[in-house]
Amino acid sequence: MSTQAPEAPAPEEPRRSSLRSGKGRMADPIFKWVVAACGTIVLVILALMVIRTTTEAWPVFAKEGFFGFLTGEDWTSGSSRTEITGTYGAWPFIYGTLVTATIAIVIALPLAIMVAFYITHLAPRRLAKPLSYTVELLAAVPSVIFGLWGLHWFLPNVLRPFFEFLGNTFGWFFLFEGPIRGVGYLPAGIVLAIMILPIMTAIIREVIVVHPIDQRMAAYALGSTRWEVLRKVVLPASFSGIVAAAMLGLGRALGETIAVLMLIGGSQSWGSSLFSTGSSMASHIAATFGEAGPEARTALMAIGVALFLVTMIVNILARVIVWRLGRMTGDAAV
Amino acid sequence: MRNGRSKLAVLAAIPLLAAACSSGEEESGSAASTDAELSASLTGAGASFPDPLFQDWIYSYSNDVQPGVDINYQSVGSGAGIEQFLEETVDFGSSEEYLGEEDLAVAAESRGCEAVQFPVVFGSVVIAFDNPELDGLVLDAQTIADIYSTEITTFDDPAIAELNPDMDLPSDEIVPVHRSDSSGTTAVFTHYLSTEVESWADEYGEGKELDWASGLVGGQQNDGVAQGISQNPGGMGYLNQSFAQEAGLSVATIVNEDGNPIEPTLDATIAASEEADVPDNFQFAIDDIGGEGYPIAGTNWIFTYTCGYEDATADAIIDFWTWALTDEGAQSVAGELGYAPLGDELTDRVIAELEKTNSENGGGEGDTEEGAEDDSAEGDDAEAGTEEDAEAEEGSDQE
Repeated sequence: MSTQAPEAPAPEEPRRSSLRSGKGRMADPIFKWVVAACGTIVLVILALMVIRTTTEAWPVFAKEGFFGFLTGEDWTSGSSRTEITGTYGAWPFIYGTLVTATIAIVIALPLAIMVAFYITHLAPRRLAKPLSYTVELLAAVPSVIFGLWGLHWFLPNVLRPFFEFLGNTFGWFFLFEGPIRGVGYLPAGIVLAIMILPIMTAIIREVIVVHPIDQRMAAYALGSTRWEVLRKVVLPASFSGIVAAAMLGLGRALGETIAVLMLIGGSQSWGSSLFSTGSSMASHIAATFGEAGPEARTALMAIGVALFLVTMIVNILARVIVWRLGRMTGDAAV
Repeated sequence: MRNGRSKLAVLAAIPLLAAACSSGEEESGSAASTDAELSASLTGAGASFPDPLFQDWIYSYSNDVQPGVDINYQSVGSGAGIEQFLEETVDFGSSEEYLGEEDLAVAAESRGCEAVQFPVVFGSVVIAFDNPELDGLVLDAQTIADIYSTEITTFDDPAIAELNPDMDLPSDEIVPVHRSDSSGTTAVFTHYLSTEVESWADEYGEGKELDWASGLVGGQQNDGVAQGISQNPGGMGYLNQSFAQEAGLSVATIVNEDGNPIEPTLDATIAASEEADVPDNFQFAIDDIGGEGYPIAGTNWIFTYTCGYEDATADAIIDFWTWALTDEGAQSVAGELGYAPLGDELTDRVIAELEKTNSENGGGEGDTEEGAEDDSAEGDDAEAGTEEDAEAEEGSDQE
């Protein structure tokens, strides 16, 4: 008895029973629930934020009308405790957000692609590693440091002479007309570009690095130059990843607050020249929230809702573009 | 409680005692001061303009005067200071504007008793330049308003030349710089322009943020304004006196109501505060300053409630502000940092107002011991305050 039975089944028994035990059977559903909860919690948080800010901002929308609020150009805060007495038009801030984010992405996207291509394909090995670390280190610099550095050093020493050159040479063009005061849309956009560069570079680098080497080698074998390989082989294949990187960068540029606040010049009007001073939505909220009374706070909540909306629209547009271009190039959409 | 109050009277009457306490632990070990040793933890929130001074005061007070009192002041801005005070999340609020009737009504309704407010310090707003040659440039309200509405665009404009016959004015373009964030400094500056210049009041008005004329430069905080001034040749901006003093900028001399050109000095600010007509409810602005007074000055108010504090908390509030307003060391620190202290007569009135703090808390005298020991119940304190006094008492009994 004692020698027969245990030989074969004994080692198997405990394993089976552990699989069939209550704990074993519960583990899978529990894991499923935990993951599901984690997934939905993002939606719940987002919904709570949207509902809360919209409710708080409602009196302003009720008075100005939704489109009146988005397109109005006059912003005068009232100081009432119970009703809406001021005039609230958020267009100057929406314009400021869009302009600075556009400047940032126009500068940062080509730069990020070049840097990523250099790191992955051209740089000598002992330079590539430190370079990619340095770019990632840039992502860890807090935005207030970018703001301070931009205001105290970069603006007076680098940007201002450059702006004066732009103003003198292209002053006839509406984007570069008017007096140069230092702070304004352009310096804010340029510093934003530097801020979103690391995250975009990191993603684009990852996308490019997985690009199959045989395709590139084939292109080189056909006599392509490096530029042609980048332009015609690597970029089309990495298109969706690059767009994802651009969208992440754009998201940060749209919402970035403190560095923009320090560099944009904080005026409540808007001008078509890139040298004009203005405000972005996030920077205006940050600039006035501390001193705001109940009415002004309601209006700032309304800007928050508008910012959410603008971000959403920009994201949807980006997705539509990817989808359409993706169909044309045969690449899967993001 | 009774002990605490009588001790306070002594402190108020003889500021030297407080000074003696602050000079060393040894001396404060006398029988009298151990009686009055306070133990509480206070929170305050509000204006950023007096923050450097408040932090200095709080540091000296809780290190040298009452080591048992822990004060936390957050410079979240005047607007937030008023809100947090009305929401009763802090023990005292601070603001560069007084509570209006509407705010006072909200306070009385939620707390169940009146709020008190009193000024504690004054500060001037100066017009600063980067160009050292412009130090002492004489300006009046009209020229400042014209500069900020871009009607005067160069320093050698006839209107400025008329005020400065002896000065060799540069022909630089003036670049006016303003605060881009919402700020009490802007409120003081634009209030001055609105009071003095009718066309300014019509077109721009006053407030903590303004829709400025285009072509002006905005700067975030005092530092941003200072950068705007120094990075633009011909830059000119308004700043807190304390900040301009530290940054070493040139400042303008301003013509006051009596036609006297006044340099922004501490004495001139004190003179201005003495010129001001302060009503009994302490709702005032420093307007139409003449004599030797510097005309662009603002006030910082502190708010407290007349009920709903733990006794220990109320004692600490009263003791701290009494110390800050009467102690010689505390007052001279204010001067060094560029803030003007209250005059003697005003100080007495303010202390009388300050002592109304928690005065409506009837029956609170009974269980002094319990209240005094119980300083950890800050949060409960604020909540209990919304109910009737009797219930508030009950609340503290249960602790």
